[in-house]
Amino acid sequence: MPVHWERAVESLKRQILSLGGRVEESLRLAVHAFLHRDADASRRLIEGDTELDLREVEIEEECLKLLALYHPVAGDMRFVVAILKLNNDLERIGDLAVNIAELTLEWDRTSGAYSAELARMAEQVQSLLKKALDALVHRNAILAHEVRQADDVIDDFQRRAEERLHEAVREGRADRVETLVAEWNAAHQLERVADHATNIAEDVIYLVEGRIVRHHPEPR
Amino acid sequence: MSEENPHVKAREFSVLYRDRPAVKKVTLSIVRGAVTAIIGPSGCGKSTLLRAVNRMNDLIPGCRTEGELLLDGENIYAPGIDVVALRRRIGMVFQKPNPFPKSIFDNVAYGPRLHGRLTRQELAERVEQSLRRAALWEEVSDRLHTNALGLSGGQQQRLCIARALAVEPEMLLMDEPTSALDPRATTRIEDLIAELRGSYTILIVTHNMQQAARVSDYTAFLYEGDLIEFGPTRDLFTRPREKQTEDYLTGRFG
Repeated sequence: MPVHWERAVESLKRQILSLGGRVEESLRLAVHAFLHRDADASRRLIEGDTELDLREVEIEEECLKLLALYHPVAGDMRFVVAILKLNNDLERIGDLAVNIAELTLEWDRTSGAYSAELARMAEQVQSLLKKALDALVHRNAILAHEVRQADDVIDDFQRRAEERLHEAVREGRADRVETLVAEWNAAHQLERVADHATNIAEDVIYLVEGRIVRHHPEPR
Repeated sequence: MSEENPHVKAREFSVLYRDRPAVKKVTLSIVRGAVTAIIGPSGCGKSTLLRAVNRMNDLIPGCRTEGELLLDGENIYAPGIDVVALRRRIGMVFQKPNPFPKSIFDNVAYGPRLHGRLTRQELAERVEQSLRRAALWEEVSDRLHTNALGLSGGQQQRLCIARALAVEPEMLLMDEPTSALDPRATTRIEDLIAELRGSYTILIVTHNMQQAARVSDYTAFLYEGDLIEFGPTRDLFTRPREKQTEDYLTGRFG
C-alpha cells in the first residue's frame, strides 16, 4: 500500500492546494473589484467560477476512489475524509466570491466611498482563509485553533457594518444609504467566507487530532 | 457486555519458548460476549496468545508461561486445572477447516458423544441446533450422513464451528478462520461471527485488518510480543493512540 498510496495522496494534496490557491485568488479579486467598483473584473471572475466547480468534483471523485480502492484507516482515513469535507467548503467560498462580484455589478450605480472598516474586514477574512489553508499544508492544529478563535472578531465587523447603515438611516443621510447597503451585503458574504474557513480549520483539527470539535466553542 | 466483569483477564502474562519470550507481560481484559480481535505482523505472538487461552501451547516442548491468565477469575495455569474441562468451555476453530473423515452428523456429534450422556434424541437435537447456529443447517439437513469431506471449504469451516459449538462452550477461539476461504465464504463466516456475538465470547486472530475492523468490538495490537494498544475497535481504527499502531494499520511497516 504505501508507495501507491503515498503517490495518490501526494496527487490529491496537490489538487486540493491548487484549488485552495485558486479560491484565495478569486476572493482577493472579488474584494478588490468590489472596493474599486470594477465591473469588468467582476464579470471575468463570475465566468471563471465554472472551472472551480469542475475541480471540486474532480477532487471529490478522487477521494471516493481512494476510499473505495484503499479502504484507508486511522490517519489515512482522516486525511481523505478531511479533504472530502473541506473541498466542499472551498467550493462554497468560490461561490461567495461570485456573490461579491455580483454585488459589485448590482450596486455599480453607487459612488460613495466604502468605509475603511470593510477593507480591514476583507483583509482579516482573507488572512483567516490563508491561515486555515496553512494549517492544512502543515497539519498544524495550533493554527487551526487560532482560526476558530478569530471567528467572533469577524462577526463584530459585520455587526458594525449593519450599525453604520442604521445610523445613516437615522440621520437621514440618503446619499450614504445605498453605499452602506452594498457594504453591509458584502460584509455578510465575507462573514460567510469566515464561517467556511472555520469549517476548514475544524476539518484540519479532525485530521490532526482525530476529534470532532464542531459545535464545541474554543476554550479561551 | 460489561467491561467490569471480564471473561478472560491476562495479568502481566508472558509465554516463553525456551526462555525466548513470544508474548511479553501482556495485561488485558476480554469482555464477555464481545468479539475481540488480535492483530499484528507475522511472528508478533498473536497465535501464541490465542492458544494460551485453552492451553494449546502445553504440548510444545520448552514452552512455559509467567504471570496470570484468568478465566472467570480462575488462573488457567494454576496447578490442578483440568485441561479437558477447560477446553470444553473454550472451543477452537483453526485456520484450515479440519473435519474428521466421517459423516456431517458424526463430526458434530463427536464432542457430545465423547463427553456426554445424551440420548439419541437429545444428540440429534444438539446436532441440529449446532448446525443451525453455525448457519449450515439449511445446506446440509438432507445429507447429514454423507461424508463431511464432500463439503466446500467454507461449509467445512462452518461445520468445524458447529462441531465446536456442539459441546456448548462459553468461548470460541478462532485462529485465522477465513484465511483459507474465498471472499464469499469469508463473508458467511463473518456474518456468523456477528450472529454468535453476545452468546459467546469470541477471540479471533486475523491477518486481515479489514476483517478485524468489520467483526470485532475490541482490538489488540501486538508487536514483537508486546501489547502496543488495546481498545474499542472503532477508536483503534479511526484514531489510534500509539504511533506504532497507526504505522501498522496504514501499512507503513509490518
